[in-house]
Amino acid sequence: MYRIPILQMADTLLVTIQVDMQDQMALALQDDLANKISSSGAKGVLIDISALEIVDSFVGRMLAGISGISRILDATTVVVGMQPAVAITLVELGLSLAGVRTALNVERGLELLAQGRRENALAR
Amino acid sequence: MSQETEAVLQLLGDNEEQILSQWLQEAGANASRITEAGRRAMRGEAEDILRGLREALRAGGDPEAFQAPAWNALRGALEALSRSRAAQGQSAGDTSVFVLAFKRPVFGLIQERMKSQPERQMGAVWTVSTLVDRMAQWTVSTYQQSREELIRRQQQDLLELSTPVIKLFEGVLAVPMIGTLDSSRTQVVMETLLERIVETGSRLAIIDITGVPTVDTLVAQHLLKTVSAIRLMGADCIISGIRPQIAQTIVHLGIDLQGIASKATLADALELAMQQQGFVVSRRPA
Amino acid sequence: MPAEDGIGSVPLRSEEDIVASRQKVRVLTQQLKFSLVDQTKMITAASELARNTVVHGGGGAMRWELLDDGLRRGLRLHFVDQGGGIADVKLALTDGWSTGAGMGLGLPGSKRLVHEFEIWSAPGQGTQVSITRWK
Repeated sequence: MYRIPILQMADTLLVTIQVDMQDQMALALQDDLANKISSSGAKGVLIDISALEIVDSFVGRMLAGISGISRILDATTVVVGMQPAVAITLVELGLSLAGVRTALNVERGLELLAQGRRENALAR
Repeated sequence: MSQETEAVLQLLGDNEEQILSQWLQEAGANASRITEAGRRAMRGEAEDILRGLREALRAGGDPEAFQAPAWNALRGALEALSRSRAAQGQSAGDTSVFVLAFKRPVFGLIQERMKSQPERQMGAVWTVSTLVDRMAQWTVSTYQQSREELIRRQQQDLLELSTPVIKLFEGVLAVPMIGTLDSSRTQVVMETLLERIVETGSRLAIIDITGVPTVDTLVAQHLLKTVSAIRLMGADCIISGIRPQIAQTIVHLGIDLQGIASKATLADALELAMQQQGFVVSRRPA
Repeated sequence: MPAEDGIGSVPLRSEEDIVASRQKVRVLTQQLKFSLVDQTKMITAASELARNTVVHGGGGAMRWELLDDGLRRGLRLHFVDQGGGIADVKLALTDGWSTGAGMGLGLPGSKRLVHEFEIWSAPGQGTQVSITRWK
């Protein structure tokens, strides 16, 4: 089964989801990310869903799951590029994705992650 | 191909010009109110339909299976006719009359050319009649769809025009809502606003409801859904223009604004937006 | 691409079938010229229900019907399985209910995405959920 690749850029992990994922693929991604965050010590995870035309409750749970897992592993996840039609549908579906940070695009997402790191550094 | 169809095909091919001019005459193309351009257009439509029909018959099309590929060209010509009539505001009746007018010239020819074979005449007339009826039916159903499509597009245009999305400055959009907010209106606004947010990369949207007379539970729900969608995408919003009566209604109905920033006036919202985006307004010394 | 027939069905037995059903609904809604948002809503609802059929219903099928009542066109999907059935349908339709590890969504959420929603289910008799969206 095709596994979605995870790129590493300094201490940020980048994932671009471009295929209509089978459930197992989504679970594998969650797994791989957890492992990679742990092994690489990454502080930020950026998930680009700008190519996803459908986000159902399974994918939504996966995104929320990664957010939670990354937080526990001392990293921040930002989901970027949600399409308007997807946002409208998720709201209607009742999926709040609470706890999942989002940004309009990759640029904003990286800014958000950088900002978070600065704030963390100041807090220590 | 059956004998009748073969005979009809032959007839149509041998007498194209005569059929076309008689058909157009029958359909009223020579009436004084039709302009030269109009006549040319009608002629074009008639030619396309005739060509499509001959193509279909040559390919052995079965009138009972009108959706089959053999009828593609004819269906296309009929749909084009329907669409143009619908756009001109003519009725479905007028459109099918045009198609039905095809029968007379062809029947006339059948009578003339098959004088000596009355049984074959019957078969040919029946074949043509069935075909033309099917064609007229198709025009009517396409016509209805075209009208609906046209009306829907006009409504959409109207909705979009009446709700502009304005870029105030870098990263901030404003949507002044004017008039009653019904379900379809709010949906169009929501979609347009979200798309513009993505296009402009705006972080903040100010939804101003000064021009909205009443806010009931349904309207509030729609607004809240819009705000949720904006936040899901990674931007935020401020609702401004909340009149005291509306504030009372919101509290009275128990609507939870879920921590959405709200301001009484657009000016206040603008100030908050600028603050949030890190802009400072300073006045140059006189 | 040739136009889809007015009716048809696809099996829902595996995860791949869930993906396939999404793609099929995409094709059908595009054929009906649904707006992008309406396409997304219908496909997402189908995805939820297809998953239910595969995961909770022990497998089944999705049947579709292209509707045309003269005034408007639409798409109706039926999700059918011969699984254990739902004991309390009313409860299932209340937000916050779920048998699996989930967010308590699925049925109520899908219902909000479509114009018409019907469900028949009884213990031991399987489940059928039908959803309709009009253009």
